[in-house]
Amino acid sequence: MSDEAKTAVELVAEQRTDAEKAAVQQQADALVEGAGISVDKAATVWQRLMGTQATFTFVALLALVIGFSVMGAGKFNTGSNFVNLAQNVAILTVLSMGATFVIVTAGVDLSVPSAVILGEVFAVKALSFVTVGDGTGVDVSGENTTATLLLVALAGSLFAGLTVGLINGFVVGYLKVPALIATLGTLGAGLGVAYLMQNGVNVATYALAPVATGQLIPGLPNLVLVAVFVALGSGVLLHLSVFGRHTYAIGSNEEAARRSGIKVERHLLKVYAFAGLMSGLGGYLSVAYFSTTSVAGHSTDNLNAITAAALGGTSLFGGIGTIVGTVIGVWIPAVLNNGLIIVGVQAYWQLVVVGFVLILAVWSDQLRRRSRSRR
Amino acid sequence: MSQTSAGASPAGTAAGRVPAVAAYGIEKQYGQVRALRSASFEAFPGEVTALVGDNGAGKSTLVKCLAGVIQPDAGRIQVAGRDVVMHNPVQANGFGIETVYQDLALAPDLDAAANVFLGRELRRWKVLHNAKEMRRRTAESFAQLGVGMVQDLRVPVASFSGGQKQSVAIARAAMWAKNVILMDEPTAALGVIQTKKVLELIERVRDSGLAVVFISHNLPQVLEVADRIEVMRLGARVARFSRDDEGLTVDRLIASISGAYRNEPETGSENGQGAAA
Ligand SMILES: Nc1ncnc2c1ncn2[C@@H]1O[C@H](COP(=O)(O)OP(=O)(O)O)[C@@H](O)[C@H]1O
Ligand SMILES: [Mg+2]
Repeated sequence: MSDEAKTAVELVAEQRTDAEKAAVQQQADALVEGAGISVDKAATVWQRLMGTQATFTFVALLALVIGFSVMGAGKFNTGSNFVNLAQNVAILTVLSMGATFVIVTAGVDLSVPSAVILGEVFAVKALSFVTVGDGTGVDVSGENTTATLLLVALAGSLFAGLTVGLINGFVVGYLKVPALIATLGTLGAGLGVAYLMQNGVNVATYALAPVATGQLIPGLPNLVLVAVFVALGSGVLLHLSVFGRHTYAIGSNEEAARRSGIKVERHLLKVYAFAGLMSGLGGYLSVAYFSTTSVAGHSTDNLNAITAAALGGTSLFGGIGTIVGTVIGVWIPAVLNNGLIIVGVQAYWQLVVVGFVLILAVWSDQLRRRSRSRR
Repeated sequence: MSQTSAGASPAGTAAGRVPAVAAYGIEKQYGQVRALRSASFEAFPGEVTALVGDNGAGKSTLVKCLAGVIQPDAGRIQVAGRDVVMHNPVQANGFGIETVYQDLALAPDLDAAANVFLGRELRRWKVLHNAKEMRRRTAESFAQLGVGMVQDLRVPVASFSGGQKQSVAIARAAMWAKNVILMDEPTAALGVIQTKKVLELIERVRDSGLAVVFISHNLPQVLEVADRIEVMRLGARVARFSRDDEGLTVDRLIASISGAYRNEPETGSENGQGAAA
């Protein structure tokens, strides 16, 4: 076939008379406008919004914020409390970006804690290789740190996260091992490696503090800035890029994606690599924020990230999910926790409430799926 | 048992014309099952070729070979008279062949435009997709093809009816096909009006000069739209008919589908017929 050959549609178009062409154009315009369905356009936009899980969760978040603002007036609804909250959720926000991509492909990543901890360990290891003055990079205080140190540590973290992610992606994509087991395996193995490297002992360093507590924008900790930046970037990647569209396609119908020429295995490798990078970055931010590694910590980071994505409407069956939804899903448990403490209720109620809301959210996702496939 | 028309070349062969797509002596085995036994097939430009046969006759398997989805164990596939080897559907697309699969192969969570352009997205700045332009072109193509059933290009196709989904799948094929469109049972799940629309679509694409291959169990429908009919049985072609053959009736078709009639010579590798899986 020569490249100049025309497609069936082009050939059909050529056979049209001028009068027909005009009519066809009119129909096409109507389709683009969506005029076919919406006598009242606003109504359909509203319906579409109402149909999404993200809207449901957003309303829930709004209700929580308003409720606590009334009950804990003067304490909950202060600028400093919101900045505090934003700082608390920043690292989970980064981790949840990776989780969202993975879950949209109908996968899951349980290895987040090991990738985060390896990210921490490799950050401090990298620092310790760089000597500053008489000591090592690890000994440097926040005021005396250098951009080089920050970047060297970042490279260490990203390398660790990427490695875990690439292993996950290879095992899930090419070896076709179910993601649940593949990432359970790298969770255990990664933790083991981290313990071996550290002998179970944590390393403290203030070298990265400026990344978390510094303020490029006065009043806004850099940690929050990084989270916002990562969320925006992830949003562009998932919703506006071809990469994101292929991610949805694979989660929606893997065989259709394959027949369309999408290299499914390679794409899964990239998605898990992205998730690994996010976990590595999470480890970096964690060292920056807490000024120490925490090899015994982070054990529920994977579940928290999955919870955030699921609360935000990302379907565990793949093909559906938004970054905005996940961000809202990150905030709900955090706001509950913070608000309950402020109004003097045992914060453990947060766990109970979030647990049941999560079940409710996934149940409603399933109901929606069932109702639409009935048509 | 089966009678072979003596002498002259079988009805429905078109001497001197070059098939848009053809297969000769195709073998395909799945474990113990010989799905195709020296199967042959031809489809010509500007014609609707119907592929009929009982369930399990090997129609879908043959179409998948022509679509590059599976690779035959033996045999030749030709596009416009030249031997080709296709390792995947994208290579078939490169030869101007597009397929409407029996299971449609749409991504239900994506909208119609995203499905139509899946794997061939229009881009902005190399990495971003150009959703607006893809939607515009999809709308134009749907209008050209008279796909009036799809009304909203922004909702996931999961919420579409069977006929709407079918329209999207066919329109997608027509938007990219430069040579051949293969359709596996495109009307099987449709109501009367939707079926009529799809058949109109098939004829419109045929009139544009492409080769249309379609599988159907609805024999009156086949007689209505097909220019040529090829009959498969137990993994091989057993009969060929052309629209203006005298004696071409539903009964004659049924006879060839069931094995009571054939106008194709038996090929050597068909011998094990009695012991079919
Ligand atoms: N992927 C497969 N694995 C095993 N057997 C298959 C596969 N695809 C088709 N077959 C077998 O090959 C034969 C032909 O199937 P198919 O081409 O789907 O027939 P048709 O479309 O004519 O109904 C059947 O016996 C079927 O069971
Ligand atoms: Mg079939």
